[in-house]
Amino acid sequence: MDQTFWSYTWVAATFAIYIGIAIRSRAGSTDDFYVAGHHVHPIVNGMATAADWMSAASFLSMAGLIAFLGYGGSVYLMGWTGGYVLLALLLAPYLREFGKFTVPDFVGDRYYSVFARLVAVACALFVSFTYIAGQMKGVGVAFSGFLGIPFELGIVIGMIIVFVYAVLGGMKGITYTQVAQYCVLIFAYTVPAIFISLIITGTPIPQIGFVSNVEGADISMLAKLDTVVQNLGFSAYTRTEKPMADVFCITAALMFGTAGLPHVIIRFFTVSNAGAARSSAGWALVFIAILYTTAPAVGAFARLNFIETVNEATYLSDADYGAGAAAVEASGGMPVPTWFKSWEKTGLVSFEDKNGDGRMQIRGRNAPDGLENEVIANRDIFVLANPEIAQLPGWVIGLVVAGGLAAALSTAAGLLMVISSSVSHDLCRRTLFRQMDDRTELLVARISAAGAVVAAGLLGLFASKLGFVAQVVAFAFGLAAASLFPVIFLGIFWRRMNKEGAIAAMLTGLSTTFGYIYFFKFGGGTAEQHFFGVSPEGIGFVFMWLALAVGVLVALTTKAPPQDIQDLVDDIRIPGTRSAHGIADAGMKPMPAE
Amino acid sequence: MSHTNPAADTRAYWSANLRLTVSLLVVWFIASYGAGILFRDFLDRFFIGGAPLGFWFSQQGSIYVFVALIFVYCAAMNRLERKYQIGQER
Repeated sequence: MDQTFWSYTWVAATFAIYIGIAIRSRAGSTDDFYVAGHHVHPIVNGMATAADWMSAASFLSMAGLIAFLGYGGSVYLMGWTGGYVLLALLLAPYLREFGKFTVPDFVGDRYYSVFARLVAVACALFVSFTYIAGQMKGVGVAFSGFLGIPFELGIVIGMIIVFVYAVLGGMKGITYTQVAQYCVLIFAYTVPAIFISLIITGTPIPQIGFVSNVEGADISMLAKLDTVVQNLGFSAYTRTEKPMADVFCITAALMFGTAGLPHVIIRFFTVSNAGAARSSAGWALVFIAILYTTAPAVGAFARLNFIETVNEATYLSDADYGAGAAAVEASGGMPVPTWFKSWEKTGLVSFEDKNGDGRMQIRGRNAPDGLENEVIANRDIFVLANPEIAQLPGWVIGLVVAGGLAAALSTAAGLLMVISSSVSHDLCRRTLFRQMDDRTELLVARISAAGAVVAAGLLGLFASKLGFVAQVVAFAFGLAAASLFPVIFLGIFWRRMNKEGAIAAMLTGLSTTFGYIYFFKFGGGTAEQHFFGVSPEGIGFVFMWLALAVGVLVALTTKAPPQDIQDLVDDIRIPGTRSAHGIADAGMKPMPAE
Repeated sequence: MSHTNPAADTRAYWSANLRLTVSLLVVWFIASYGAGILFRDFLDRFFIGGAPLGFWFSQQGSIYVFVALIFVYCAAMNRLERKYQIGQER
């Protein structure tokens, strides 16, 4: 069966499911719209959080990134999972006990300040918009690369789908579509991984294959990979050239950034109580770990397989592939693999015969034989081409496209919720129009979700034209780590933390991190100028400490927060107190004038 | 409310929670930053299957430890809350 046919079938079928779920789970109140009525089961929420969290980049690019970086790729694996420990232990249960709708809600109430709320809104919007541009671009790439639909039209289709279930169902619709999207993406990811593992190591479990010997040989897969890449002039797979301090800081910035990302935090408002928030974080990490422990195995297998089947293969043009391949094999040579030919058309892999010998050389910078590298591969290719490399049937190949779209759409939807609730709840209801009633707010929430979908789509189109999406992702994590994490953390664990300290901390983290990243990404800064060798990706961790220090100093030199705020801090530390007082989920009373 | 002295109860609960949180974060730090980054050269002399131990921790082991830590925390907190009668329907 034709592969494009299967891609269309899967994409259409999964989209029909998402729409079906949206129609069944329409939101009837702001409670439904913002937090799915507070009664999502912890395991269901864990699964939704996993889909919310794992973006197009996790699904398509991460394994390839690890394949090229080897040990250097560990920063993403540890950074994007370790943050859940911080969430479960330090933030999620307390924020749930606090019991409101958004991250700026917590900041605004805890720091009894409209200004603090607005700074938090600005952080949340900035982080979410940078992130969502990448997701919409991913949707466009998936459509244009694999279904032959123009990039712009692809983004518009993606926008319509998200529009339907986010605007109709709010958090309630998003939660159940994310569960469906998780199932699609994890199936699409693990099935090819199992077969690749069987081919390379003879064991069906990728995590075990990762530490096993190569099939039919007395050498471990990783040892062989180290030897193979070094012989071609690359640095060893299990090592990195990055300084240890930089590896440390990048990992930490990603961890604290993960814990401070608003679209992840708001998922924990949807469960019924603090205890459920804790276990939900655990389940989320279980579902994430299934993909994140498979990814390094896929990366290593794919790198080894790529070199073994492509390096020194005889290149053939499309016209005489069939006969040519047979002739090359008959003379004892190795023809270029069929998957390479089929992906060549998308431009994700390319070959240029620099030395004119008709063979494909893969070489690193310090190749012992002095030859030049002739094969260029996009990092996404390793996940996309896996099913073909493993010679799986066409229906599995088509599933990978649906999986990539599921990953991108689920993350985009979570981010849309942050954007729309920041506007309708924090900006309109809690700041500008405090007398607004629930029905009006629900309408405003729907309108702002719709507006956010359009803005995100335009941003996806615009950003991909400029090609800076990858550059700005560092912003999202750095800013979340340096601006949102410190004030939420201190707000829970330090009763004495006050309004002045919080505002100072957020502004410090925001301005220093923004300035540093801007200078090195757009302002022409060079690696030699890095502060103690820390790259822009890791700087959020350094400035997080600065923000914490500034926050504490300013708080100590200004007056303590009012007694009712100190009581609030005591209450959120003890699960059940706020619901017993009847204030946790009442939530919607207009804020008293200051 | 079934407490004899709620204030003392909640204070003891909170400090037990803090002790638990700090000790779990120590494990969190050792499994990731310790084993995967700072001491990986030393650990790489040992092997788990075919993988150097430090490298394995940075790409597999730390993630398993993270998952275990959260569930240990959940179980320990549930026990604490039963002990201090917190968070239950009163």
